Amino acid sequence: MLFGIAWDTSSQWAFAVSILPILLKGLVVTIQATAVGFVIALVLGLVLAGLKASPLKLISWPARLFTEFVRDTPLLVQLFFLYYVLPEYGIVLPAFMTGALALGLQYSAYTSEVYRAGLESVPLGQYEAARALDLSPRRTFAVIILPQAIPRIIPALGNYLVSIMKDVPLLSVVAVLEMLNVAKIIGDRTFNYLIPLSMVGLIYLILTLVAAAAIRYLDTRLPKRGIPLK
Amino acid sequence: MHWLSYLPPLLEGAWVTAQLTFYSTLLGGFFAFAFGLGRMSSNWLLKGFSVAMIEVFRGTSLLVQLFWLYFALPLVGQMLGMDWRLPPLVAGTLALSLNIGAYGAEVVRGAIQAVPLSQHEAAKALDFTPRQTLWRIALPQSIPEMLPSFGNLAVQNLKDTALVSLISLGDMAFRAEQIRNFTQDSTTVYTLLLFMYFGMALVLTALMTLLERSVGRWRAGRS
Amino acid sequence: MNDDTTTGSTAHPVPEAIIHFDRVVKRFGPVTVLDSLDFEVRKGEKVTIIGPSGSGKSTVLRILMTLETIDDGIIHVAGRPLWHERRNGELVPASESHLRNMRKEMGMVFQQFNLFPHMTVRRNVTEAPVHVLGLSRQEAHERADEYLELVGLSDQVDKFPSQLSGGQQQRVAIARALAMRPNIMLFDEPTSALDPELVGEVLNVIQRLAEEHDLTMLLVTHEMQFAKRVSDRVCFFDKGRIVEQGPPEQVFGEPREERTRDFLKNFLDTA
Repeated sequence: MLFGIAWDTSSQWAFAVSILPILLKGLVVTIQATAVGFVIALVLGLVLAGLKASPLKLISWPARLFTEFVRDTPLLVQLFFLYYVLPEYGIVLPAFMTGALALGLQYSAYTSEVYRAGLESVPLGQYEAARALDLSPRRTFAVIILPQAIPRIIPALGNYLVSIMKDVPLLSVVAVLEMLNVAKIIGDRTFNYLIPLSMVGLIYLILTLVAAAAIRYLDTRLPKRGIPLK
Repeated sequence: MHWLSYLPPLLEGAWVTAQLTFYSTLLGGFFAFAFGLGRMSSNWLLKGFSVAMIEVFRGTSLLVQLFWLYFALPLVGQMLGMDWRLPPLVAGTLALSLNIGAYGAEVVRGAIQAVPLSQHEAAKALDFTPRQTLWRIALPQSIPEMLPSFGNLAVQNLKDTALVSLISLGDMAFRAEQIRNFTQDSTTVYTLLLFMYFGMALVLTALMTLLERSVGRWRAGRS
Repeated sequence: MNDDTTTGSTAHPVPEAIIHFDRVVKRFGPVTVLDSLDFEVRKGEKVTIIGPSGSGKSTVLRILMTLETIDDGIIHVAGRPLWHERRNGELVPASESHLRNMRKEMGMVFQQFNLFPHMTVRRNVTEAPVHVLGLSRQEAHERADEYLELVGLSDQVDKFPSQLSGGQQQRVAIARALAMRPNIMLFDEPTSALDPELVGEVLNVIQRLAEEHDLTMLLVTHEMQFAKRVSDRVCFFDKGRIVEQGPPEQVFGEPREERTRDFLKNFLDTA
């Protein structure tokens, strides 16, 4: 029994059917962790991108070093670091939040690159034309640059969202009850790992394929030249 | 305990990590070519198999794949009356290489398809068979194109090796966890560990850049 | 031999004709590029094809080199059908093995050279002789040296294409095609992609080939002066058909058709 739901070991098929609701409860946690991690990555990535773009070397260099460091070290170790080290400095977070934070941190390094690449894909001529028309920097960014950068940024961010979802199982090491952890617990107790793990794999596969199709669809719907403004 | 005393066990683990990265990247490269070329084959059986492998190992979490190979595969073997228990090293290497192979397959396919049509036409004019054209003309030209992406995948692989510590393989992360358990000195141990991974990643990137340069010699020349 | 045929087909090729197009049609989507074309080339003849872009000139060469299929009609090369083969006395579409056989008759030099960038000059020239014709490395090297000397590049054998000028690359391409000892050489605008000062060295090689060997040569080019020097016959193509053909002095000097005259007006040096 897990989450108050008992499983039926009378046959393989009955077993599979009976643990599905349990796995789905784990899936809910997975999705929650994905969402929170993604939001953190988006916000943190924006901050990082801003810092990296600063003309002051004192600000941009540490930011770039930080990004490189985060990108070149394993998520698992970062997770352990946050989980064990933060409390020593008085910051005690529930395991779920630590996990989401670790995900957000790791992927902020990637999202900051996405922002930078998206902005750089806007031709220099656009900035120059805006300057020639005497548009304010704020207006230039909001109305000229951003709508043209978004069609590049959104599909890339979508792909990272899917990647975050595939990294959520790591959170099982800090006892977060996401889908893989749930499956493993069921396996530990019933000695039948095959069914739960295979089902988790299948669910992940379906989610990824659906997400990939959704991103492709989004990609076709986003006009390449930029969000149209009437 | 002084952090220097942490180094010997961590370095032992680092050696395991390095070997694991090396073998799984190598094997992963092999899978990448196998799946990538298989994907482009006209033999529908081979093509279907390659597509399936690519989608499964790209579309599921690496940790799920690792656990499945380590915990679930033996049960399949049991049903078939065979002993399919994989030692952690084998399960780890296999999971890592299949994963990187699936991502690498797309790199391979993209690079080969990027070879200009004119090269294929020149080969046809000289009466090469399609197979000769693939192996002698298209594939060699596509390799420099693949290497930057493969470099990224290699570093990703290095990071992913940390996961095998979860199936009790004595790599760098596993040793660090052991030390932490013993000394409760989390900050020092994990900071040290992070820097060691960072250092290995930098070395790996440098090696891949070197490889890129030597393989792409024919690209240089007068502009 | 009847020179001013614009229509009229021969169901069976004239014995000396090494290339024979019989009512050949080629379409790219809705566009008809070759419109029931009848075309013949004698063994050893040097023919230049001129015409506006889109007239089908390059397509004729590409079809001969089996890079493009045909939609209707029959082509004979050296007495044998090209895109068809005879099975049990019937003409059926050619199989890949038949095409492979026929390709050996032809060699092609492309506008963009298309050298293999990852191979040295020598390797570019020897690769096909070794792996397609089955020559030994030794034989292939000897052959390569012979043809590289002909094009004047014996001292560049170990260089990569990226280290050579356009003119040098094109000359290597010519050597590469010649090394297969084809009976027919096809030149598809060989100098159009070259800087003006490099054109001459390539044209010189082609002229030597024309004068010293009895290869059949088909040349698509805009170099009218050169065409005059080198060709036995000039064909003016327009909209997928031959508008006019004949000896260079006639086609360039006294063109009979209005369209020919209009086209040649663009080239001041044809008089």
